[in-house]
Amino acid sequence: MANSQRYTREIPRRYRLEAQKFPSGFVSLPRRYVDPISGSKEYENIKLKGTGTILTYTIIHVTSDQFKFITPYAVAIIETDEGARITAMITDTSFEDIKIGARVELVFRKIMEEGPSGIVNYGYKAKVIV
Amino acid sequence: MREVAIIGVGLTKFGELWDQNIRDMFAEAALKAMENAKVEKIDALYVGSMSSGLYAYQEHLASLMADYIGQIGVPAARIESACSSGGQAVRIGYMDVATGMHDIVLVGGVEKMWDVEDGTFVLATAADQEYEVYNGVTFPGLYAMIAKAYMEKYGLTREELAQVPIKNHKHAVNNPNAQYPFEIDLKTVLNSTMVADPLRLMDCSPITDGAACIILCPLERAKEFTDKYVKIRGVGAATGPIALHDHKDLTRLEVVHLAAQRAYQMAGVGAEDIDFVEVHDCFSIAEIVVAEELGFFEYGKGGKAIAEGQATYGGKVVINPSGGLKAKGHPVGATGVAQIIEAYYQLTYQAGKRQVENARLGMTQNMGGSGGSCVVHILEGM
Repeated sequence: MANSQRYTREIPRRYRLEAQKFPSGFVSLPRRYVDPISGSKEYENIKLKGTGTILTYTIIHVTSDQFKFITPYAVAIIETDEGARITAMITDTSFEDIKIGARVELVFRKIMEEGPSGIVNYGYKAKVIV
Repeated sequence: MREVAIIGVGLTKFGELWDQNIRDMFAEAALKAMENAKVEKIDALYVGSMSSGLYAYQEHLASLMADYIGQIGVPAARIESACSSGGQAVRIGYMDVATGMHDIVLVGGVEKMWDVEDGTFVLATAADQEYEVYNGVTFPGLYAMIAKAYMEKYGLTREELAQVPIKNHKHAVNNPNAQYPFEIDLKTVLNSTMVADPLRLMDCSPITDGAACIILCPLERAKEFTDKYVKIRGVGAATGPIALHDHKDLTRLEVVHLAAQRAYQMAGVGAEDIDFVEVHDCFSIAEIVVAEELGFFEYGKGGKAIAEGQATYGGKVVINPSGGLKAKGHPVGATGVAQIIEAYYQLTYQAGKRQVENARLGMTQNMGGSGGSCVVHILEGM
């Protein structure tokens, strides 16, 4: 079980979708120091609007202990409208509506609980816009 | 730089080794390799292991192993690069001998996977913990997303995908060290448990205990020890983004292409010169994408080519004569070394019923994570 700092330090990204836009156009949700495309150390802080498109996805049936309580569940790689690539669970959507190219909006959700005495983890999930 | 030879190899059985702990397995493979090479003292030791800490609650492997093979005092280090730890250890061992630092170097890989309950969690540590795993992704889930994107783009069918494990199981029948040396058919694949859509259990490499070791020495000294040796002719390694979502094209594993180009360039050969290749088929889709990146098939055509028999005996190139990760087994950190051992057997004509005819140039491709790292070796028979 991890210390709470492991989660609190990621709050700007996970709760508020604070990202960085680099000169090459590369947008990163995880905090970065160098643009992986151009090598530039300059960037602008932006906030993702929370809309995007599914690039690929899967329905997970077998998982680790911490996520067993919600199987089967869908996970997708999403490109946000700003160009950030993220991995997120799909929520509030029936499996038939999940398709490559489907439009999604990010919503704030509980991700998991770290056991009976652990921390409740929150973050973003994606909901298909039908 | 000196030329480097492999002069001896040793393997444990791959599977569920309930009676052996991690040091027992490593010692078995290492002592077999030393006996095989007729070497009593080594000058240096490298051991590849992905996650001995989480799988066997044991770190500090290099010293432990040096002690338990009677080589205490020798310089030793453990090498980690997720599922490509073994291949990376071979590359480091190669550099150690090539630079002239040491002459007789033992390189091994080991993983004890059956001692823990939640192996899915351990494997997922090879992905981005904070931005992939936190959001529920599993390791099969990552490759499932590659498969989904590939099937959508190129029209690969579920039945064609199934031909990869079917072919690899067929090859494993002739491999006495394989974990699952038996054939499977289409029905078995399509009826197996769904793991991460579209990948089923029979698309996934298994949980395996095992160790693999080789002995390296300068090529010019190889004959002092044995007449059965092979030369390491090309070495290429590369890194890619650890998070799958950062891969520009989700139907590719560009890290493999980069590593392979470096190995081809060093060896002065191309894909058309390779007689057989051991690839990292951690999942069925991986073998297809990797075969394309290595240059054996055009992008988008690998799945159909493998389904048509182009990757077995009599085809364009024999892919995974050992049975591959799927059927031979995948003790993660040992896999990269075990691939080299299969190439050694093939190139010294000791592969028995699975011998590739007239094998002269062989290739191994070992990959970490969902394309975060890759090591390619090209080996030549002498």
